[in-house]
Amino acid sequence: MTATVVAADADEALAGVADGSTVLVGGFGYAGMPFELIAALIRQGAGGLTVVSNNAGNGDVGLAALLKAGRVRKVVCSFPRQSDSYVFDALYRAGKVELEVVPQGTLAERIRAGGAGIGGFFSPVGAGTPLAAGKETRIIDGREHVLEAPIRGDLALVSAHRADTAGNLVYRRTARNFGPVMATAATTVVAQVTEIVPAGELDPESVVTPGIFVDRLVRAEARRLTVQGAR
Amino acid sequence: MTATAVREHTDRGPLSTEELAARIARDIPPGSYVNLGIGQPTRIAEHLPPDAGIVLHTENGMLGMGPAAVGDRVDPDLTNAGKVPVTELPGAAYFHHADSFAMMRGGHLDVCVLGAFQVSGRGDLANWHTGEPDAIPAVGGAMDLAVGAERVLVMMKLFTRDGAAKLVEECGYPLTGAACVHTVYTDHGVFETGPDGAVRVLETYGLTLAELRERLPVRLLG
Repeated sequence: MTATVVAADADEALAGVADGSTVLVGGFGYAGMPFELIAALIRQGAGGLTVVSNNAGNGDVGLAALLKAGRVRKVVCSFPRQSDSYVFDALYRAGKVELEVVPQGTLAERIRAGGAGIGGFFSPVGAGTPLAAGKETRIIDGREHVLEAPIRGDLALVSAHRADTAGNLVYRRTARNFGPVMATAATTVVAQVTEIVPAGELDPESVVTPGIFVDRLVRAEARRLTVQGAR
Repeated sequence: MTATAVREHTDRGPLSTEELAARIARDIPPGSYVNLGIGQPTRIAEHLPPDAGIVLHTENGMLGMGPAAVGDRVDPDLTNAGKVPVTELPGAAYFHHADSFAMMRGGHLDVCVLGAFQVSGRGDLANWHTGEPDAIPAVGGAMDLAVGAERVLVMMKLFTRDGAAKLVEECGYPLTGAACVHTVYTDHGVFETGPDGAVRVLETYGLTLAELRERLPVRLLG
């Protein structure tokens, strides 16, 4: 992959997304949600998307706005049902969006495997439950394990805290969540950050996502939203 | 196994949610790494002794989680697994999701406490899906926690609002994990699951062991 490009804005960074793409979307609720990149994806217009994310949208913004715009064919996530997931709930109940529920750690590890060139892995999580139905199983050390497939995206959208012009990323607190694994696992990786500093100004020891994984960078203000009705 | 007498607390009613949270907190060993599931188990944190060196893990990528954040301390980048703003304690660490769940599956987490719809005598857990046709299934990290933590504790009411037992012979709801629950803490008693489905009763609240035997469809060892 060639060097990271700093895009003029989110629209430039999201140019050329094809219909039917698989899009990995970072964030856990609103923490780490790449709001400006999703807004640009909505303007860009690609539809029939498969979205891989921890949740299926909160409120009316971010991933929920993409769903509301009718661009998503399928959601792969661990936890769609929340206090404010009304956009997804309505689409799902109307049969307008497909859902694949994946245990949260399995979701993270499938994405990690996709980014690390691993062809799948056996995990004890989900063994004996409906989520293992139809999957190959194997007894390892006396315990039933389930074969899980890697996940890769055509596009990954992540929100980090700061970047340097080499594409290195650092995150902030629990907004890190899925960002580092998703950044490894897509053909095109776009990161939005609150600040882009010249190469050399980030401490190399503190870099979480090395620039090799990042294709395009966009500077954008963080939206400071908290999930309503969280408990 | 040495049989110990059941402590029957019949001079009082069932435990309140706060009393139950405090009861569970007393059984969490000092120095443990602990994950408290979303919902009621999060209340256990308020009852952990501050000097016990217990470190709270939240699966969205943090060890050393502090109490809920209020006012100026609310930071949208710092939440618990229920997406409630929280604080960080000295010695806290942040990490990504794959590392967070490696801590579970890899056996590094000592204790987790989960809510439940049903638990079977063998320790099968059902807590993610009612299986109803119009229900939207949402598993989150429950299956990973159920399989991964060294000790899996359940915090729940013993009966539904309709009076149906939640400690059952076989779970009727879709499973979260098979034979994964060790101890079940309820408003009416504390129970240890067993590999043969027989449940050891450690203590009761507001009901006698004999009364529990009439109301629970599992074999109870007193």
